[in-house]
Amino acid sequence: MEVPILKQGNYLIASIQSALSDSDLAQLRDALVERVGRLRSRGVIIDLTALDILDSFATRTLRDTAHMIRLRGAETVIVGMQPEVAFTMVQLGLSLPDIATALDLEEGLIYLGRKTRPREVPRARGQTGEQ
Amino acid sequence: MSNERPHGDIRVTIASDSDLLAVRQSVRALALELGFSVTQTVEIVTALSEMARNMLAYAGRGELVVQRLRKGDRQGLLITARDEGPGIPDVQKAMLDGYSTSGGLGMGLPGIRRLMDDFTIVSALQKGTTVTVEKWLTHR
Repeated sequence: MEVPILKQGNYLIASIQSALSDSDLAQLRDALVERVGRLRSRGVIIDLTALDILDSFATRTLRDTAHMIRLRGAETVIVGMQPEVAFTMVQLGLSLPDIATALDLEEGLIYLGRKTRPREVPRARGQTGEQ
Repeated sequence: MSNERPHGDIRVTIASDSDLLAVRQSVRALALELGFSVTQTVEIVTALSEMARNMLAYAGRGELVVQRLRKGDRQGLLITARDEGPGIPDVQKAMLDGYSTSGGLGMGLPGIRRLMDDFTIVSALQKGTTVTVEKWLTHR
């Protein structure tokens, strides 16, 4: 099942609506990394509220996604992790180092508002003062 | 993928990651139906997922069997992951946190053991590995 990605101003919001297969997660990663450039987004929110579990593959894919998005010049925040999922991840020894997390969508938007600046539209060639 | 449920048991061949999603969902439903809490259910499904990933990473394929348990008035779930892969050369070492020979695929056996109430592993070189875990319903 494909994860819908919404564009909200300078941000992209990916809301996971159900349990995902590995290929769904990989597809989400690729789509976000591509769209951040195409839509010139400054921030990405990945909402995990409806995700059933986060196992080693899902954790690694989320981590990779956030790192790739950072390399493309945008910030990622992961929101909506359920308490049971967090509890199980810690017992299993999984973590999301260097990745921003927030309680829910609202908190995620506040985080991105603090962390990001709108991209400046590049000026057309010739308009800049070439000396 | 074969998916039979005699007496509520689940038996599935895991040959690719796409087999995993369906079995995760049926085991989740079974655990909740038996009365496990959401936390316990997430622990069970996560352990199951990691057991299946280990089989895929090391043996390429394997079989997962999920059975109901009853001991007196206690109810539980038994999960068996059986593969015919290369086996584990040093099981004691494989039970140490942070030990992996698959390049970090899977979180390893110690994590699975922490999620469940009972954990058994039998491995023979060139024959395969069987991991068995149990989770019991706690009375509330």
